[in-house]
Amino acid sequence: MAIKNLLGAIHDGLAEEMRSDGSVMVLGEDVGRAGGVFRVTQGLAEEFGPGRVMDTPLAESLIVGAAIGLSVNGMRPVAEIQFADFIYPGFDQIVNEAARFYYRSNGAWSCPMTIRTPYGAVPGGALYHSQSVEACFCNTPGLKVVAPTFPSDAKGMLKSAIRDPNPVLFLEHKRTYRLIKEDVPEEDYSVPLDKAKVHREGTDLTVVSYGLMLYTALEVAEKLSVEHGVEVEVVEPRTLYPLDKETILDSAKKTGKFLVVSEANLTGSVSGEIAAVVAREAFEWLDGPVMRLGAPDIPAAAFAKPMMDFFVPGAEKIEAAMLELARY
Amino acid sequence: MDLKGTQVGHEALGLEDADLLRMYRCMLLARRVDERMWILNRQGKAAFVISCQGHEAAQVGAAYNLRPGYDYVYPYYRDAGIALLLGQTPRDQFLSLLAKKEDPNSAGRQMPGHYSSRELNIVTASAPVGVQYPQAAGTALAFKMRGEDGVVLACGGEASTSGGDWHEAMNFAGIHDLPVVFLVENNIYAISVPEKMQVAGSIAKRAEGYGFPGVEVDGNDVLAVYEAAKEAFERARGGEGPTLIEAKTYRLTAHSSDDDDRRYREREEIEGWRQKDPILRFEQYLEEAGLLDEEKKEEMDARIKSEVDEAVEYAEAAPYADPEEALERVYAEG
Repeated sequence: MAIKNLLGAIHDGLAEEMRSDGSVMVLGEDVGRAGGVFRVTQGLAEEFGPGRVMDTPLAESLIVGAAIGLSVNGMRPVAEIQFADFIYPGFDQIVNEAARFYYRSNGAWSCPMTIRTPYGAVPGGALYHSQSVEACFCNTPGLKVVAPTFPSDAKGMLKSAIRDPNPVLFLEHKRTYRLIKEDVPEEDYSVPLDKAKVHREGTDLTVVSYGLMLYTALEVAEKLSVEHGVEVEVVEPRTLYPLDKETILDSAKKTGKFLVVSEANLTGSVSGEIAAVVAREAFEWLDGPVMRLGAPDIPAAAFAKPMMDFFVPGAEKIEAAMLELARY
Repeated sequence: MDLKGTQVGHEALGLEDADLLRMYRCMLLARRVDERMWILNRQGKAAFVISCQGHEAAQVGAAYNLRPGYDYVYPYYRDAGIALLLGQTPRDQFLSLLAKKEDPNSAGRQMPGHYSSRELNIVTASAPVGVQYPQAAGTALAFKMRGEDGVVLACGGEASTSGGDWHEAMNFAGIHDLPVVFLVENNIYAISVPEKMQVAGSIAKRAEGYGFPGVEVDGNDVLAVYEAAKEAFERARGGEGPTLIEAKTYRLTAHSSDDDDRRYREREEIEGWRQKDPILRFEQYLEEAGLLDEEKKEEMDARIKSEVDEAVEYAEAAPYADPEEALERVYAEG
């Protein structure tokens, strides 16, 4: 075991997969000599050469499309989209192409490929380096969308994503890159792509969250335990699509109160899907309204810090929502 | 447009008599299968037809350079001639047309013309135009990374060069000298929009800007296309990088069975192009070379007709997939 932050864990996962499988490669903007704008791929070009850690032109449709073409010819590409906000030119290649290859060829062609991209609001990020894009991809059968938060999960899930025969969109909350540190196994291991995780057991209410909001929710849950004696169960989906409904529903049925927190725009969000599942399938167990907390329906976090802080649901808003629900 | 036939005979291209007859047979087969598809559509038996008529020389001439199951091809929805040349059968075409379970492209999931074969390295085709080009570049990159001599043939119509994917792929292929041959089958129309409203300047000449050769070729002359593609494939196999081939041809039918081309083009124009029909032109060459005469032609046509009859009969009797099979094969296992 070694203490790693999220950046380091993802880096290590990539490097280990590249060492153990010669078909694994990385392509994207500035991933080579520069090691990526966040340094996730630092040192990989030196170790594996510029061919397997390839700097691409600034063309996201090409990056994804080329990854598809590599994946159907024996390679296991890991494409990096520099910021999730830049993914839209590659949207057609992800949604219409990679995700549909297997279905439309009746199982003849699959795309074993991973697309990594940093998402989420960060100070100074503004409208085009802050977006939470997950909802755009979470109604695409054939695609897996994962958003691990903690370093050990991220490393294990990246390995699973690379080994998976399907296209996997791998979302990394950029504000947690250096914020969250924990022990990460150094021996080979993997974390499945179809299992949610209960981070904190509780009896009074369930909070489902991911990314920076999960980290904040866990802190608030401790505070509520100490200050109010309210025990919050905190569940992380880890994979946003397809959802592990069972783990989420088990928790909702156990506590009878349910809140989803994310920093994505609320309307049409993944939170909405999770809430709908719980509202229908845990109805008999619920003692309060299924609640959601998210960002207001404005384009993204602003450059000005006060506006950015207003955009992202912070600890205070999360605490207020939890207490409101606890009082039912 | 200055239309010239091939300047060299087939011997100089390294083609045997048997090669020529195989090319001819494939072109004729593609035409006859296509014609029957329209009949089935007008009989109300086939929901949709997308046509290859007029493109047969461009397709067969280029694809004759492929090593099936080793090289990769990204066809587009008119490339019946390529699918048939590589080894798909008339049965396959009618099973696909009628959306039957045995349709090798998609088991009835996709429209006809959206070819796919894992065994033949025909990569599953999409409907939106141009998306195949970045994918083809990636597949070529895999060959290059492994030091293999595989070549990727990427096909589309002239309108597929208008979108960004085409530029992104051309640029990337040029940067890395990728073993890919871009075949643009310029048939002058994208549904109704003519080339002059679609293409600025010359498609072939754009290759120069990307740093690799672009050649314009008479797409209705199968040997001229073969010659251009042969050179392109040799370049690719030799590590010299991509080539763009613009095959000038003409779409002899409406865009699809749902289109009425009388709205946007004159009958005289089509008649003019029928005089330049690639199959007629190749027949003339074969007759002059002493490889074909009226009797042989009729014999071959009769055999193709009975093959088509049998294929239609088989496909009509073949079952659909169960409706619930729509739920299967969304994700690959393992």
